Amino acid sequence: MSTLNRRNFMKVGGALAAALLSAGILTNTAFAADTSTAKVMTTGLAVTDTTVKVGILHSATGTMAISETGSIQAEKLAIEQINAMGGILGRKIEVIQEDGASDWPTFAEKAKKLLASDKVAAVMGCWTSASRKAALPVFEKENGLLFYPTFYEGLEQSKNVFYTGQEATQQILAGLDWIAKEKKAKTFYLIGSDYIWPRTSMKIARKHIEKHLHGSVVGEEYIALGDTQFGSVINKIKLKKPDVIYAAVVGGSNVAWFKQLNAAGLNSTKQTMLTISVTEDEVLGIGGENLAGFYSAMKYFQSQTNPENVKFVAAFKKKWGDKSVIGDVTQAAYLGPWLYKAAVERAGSFDVDKVQAALPGYVFKDAPEGAVTVEKNHHLTTKLRIGQWGKDGQAKVVYTSGYIKPDPFPKGYQ
Amino acid sequence: MFGYSMADIGNIMVMQGFSGLSMFTVLLLMALGLAIIFGQMGVINMAHGEFMTIGAYTTVMLSKVATTYGFVNYYFVFAIILAFILAFALGYFIEFIMIRHLYKRPLDTLLATWGLSLVMQQSFRSTFGAKEVSAELPEWMLGSFKPTPDIDIPINGVFVMVLALFVTAGVYMFMYRSRWGLRVRATVQNRVMAGAVGINTQKVDRVTFALGCGIAGIAGAAFTTIASTGPTTGTLYIVDSFMVVVFGGAASLMGTIASAFGIAQAQSILQFFMTSSMGKVSTLLVIVGILMMKPEGLFASKLRK
Repeated sequence: MSTLNRRNFMKVGGALAAALLSAGILTNTAFAADTSTAKVMTTGLAVTDTTVKVGILHSATGTMAISETGSIQAEKLAIEQINAMGGILGRKIEVIQEDGASDWPTFAEKAKKLLASDKVAAVMGCWTSASRKAALPVFEKENGLLFYPTFYEGLEQSKNVFYTGQEATQQILAGLDWIAKEKKAKTFYLIGSDYIWPRTSMKIARKHIEKHLHGSVVGEEYIALGDTQFGSVINKIKLKKPDVIYAAVVGGSNVAWFKQLNAAGLNSTKQTMLTISVTEDEVLGIGGENLAGFYSAMKYFQSQTNPENVKFVAAFKKKWGDKSVIGDVTQAAYLGPWLYKAAVERAGSFDVDKVQAALPGYVFKDAPEGAVTVEKNHHLTTKLRIGQWGKDGQAKVVYTSGYIKPDPFPKGYQ
Repeated sequence: MFGYSMADIGNIMVMQGFSGLSMFTVLLLMALGLAIIFGQMGVINMAHGEFMTIGAYTTVMLSKVATTYGFVNYYFVFAIILAFILAFALGYFIEFIMIRHLYKRPLDTLLATWGLSLVMQQSFRSTFGAKEVSAELPEWMLGSFKPTPDIDIPINGVFVMVLALFVTAGVYMFMYRSRWGLRVRATVQNRVMAGAVGINTQKVDRVTFALGCGIAGIAGAAFTTIASTGPTTGTLYIVDSFMVVVFGGAASLMGTIASAFGIAQAQSILQFFMTSSMGKVSTLLVIVGILMMKPEGLFASKLRK
């Protein structure tokens, strides 16, 4: 049912109610009044008869701006599209954007401002796990609602957060299964940046390789964040000659890693590599020629040809320029506002508790990545895709898994 | 090292030796500009990394022009020259409007240049966008040079090495074989006397600072071949640069070279036998230990206080 129909329905309903009232039959009932502000919002949120305030909380400045800019753009696009369709329950979304400035305490502070003083009905935001962990207590205390877009290490579940990216097992297991089968890989070299996400991911990967794939891990390596010298690490890899390098290096190190790997003669003709930290966004910095032939495991690639994605890519480029690219997280961020809209409409209310209860079970059919289902644990059931990078910086999807249920607390992998 | 053939081990040793040398030249190029400014003027330039970023962006921009007009194969030479000129010019300007007012207040320069680095980072972000970009590299700079089928010597590493050699030689000639260098050294030794014999010490300061920034620009341009280009790229280099300068002892070119060599070898070898981050930690521990015994650094400063 489109919003226009809903409005017409309201008008008719309202007229009917007025008629009944004047006839003295209807005196005090919720009939036809279900979208009056008093009914749909009982907890003091910033919802008026015509607008609802929603916060965007990402880093527009600082180190993380590189990654978070795409998420901001996707969320704004989704909100613009929702408003063009008439908004949520007839209310246009007003965005209040705050800058987390790549500083984790700032995220907590700004979250507090958005929830306690702006009274936003929901927040699209956070990117790194560190920023989410910093803001989480605020969301729980103020009973706010956060839509979090990044693929992350799992081991978390909060009633105040919906995770629109993949948790670790969704991203890791199917990818490893594929590469073990496809490339007959037995030996793996694990390399990641030195912080919680790569370490947790590698722990899961190692367990899976050793227990389920009966392969072996010949090296496990963590790079200090920001390190740009990979000579020694690459030599170690050359000595161990693994079938597959499994990589989760991030940020500036990621660029240096691929450039130096290629310069050291380890390109895709000689070495198979599966990475879980390269999306279209990262390729801009790394350069397609340094990546060509390597694989990424993500739930979304810009090159997907399903009609929902073609439409999304066109709209994104129209708004943010022809040269803009869309990575996995950008797409996941785009889901946030749409899921929120669906949740509010299912609940018939903006009240956080009702919205939370209404969203699980919802199937978002029109997601650019393909249909996703919101599960009771607030994560999404999605597919995993393996993309092989080309020189032009786009990936060709070479494998799509079946639907994978989210399992943020995987048994046997901790 | 059990279970590997002798040939394997031999090949790895050659490549590992090169990787150590390569890291040495990278660190040297990083630190040279900073060493000049810190050593000769006592100014701690926290915005050093951002001057490198200027060089990096210059290269990226020029690579775009080069792909359009079809001179991709040799644009890199122009990129390096242009990077030097731009960073030099900006350094000259910054010295004029900011640094020269702070010479007697070293802690304030620290704060002011740090502020400058933040301003520059945000300007890059506003001008070039927050996302990382990459320069289109000429074909000959990609891949590796193979003396035998099992040995790969990265060409970009060789390139940085040659460039570092040229720049170091250039700095040496400038400092120790030119009239300008003489004036710079005279000013460092005794500012008042230098002024009394007719050296324009203000101008010397300005050129020295600009030169340091210019060399940072060259380094930034060269590093587009091995690392990233983004608004905050400079922050990746600044810590290593400082480590080299402080460990080497502020005032001498030799100190900087020796320190870059020592740190690079230690780190390269330790990272091979331990994990990458442990190798880095161990290197830092050794440096801290040595600095506790020799607070002035490897080659003590002869600065007259």
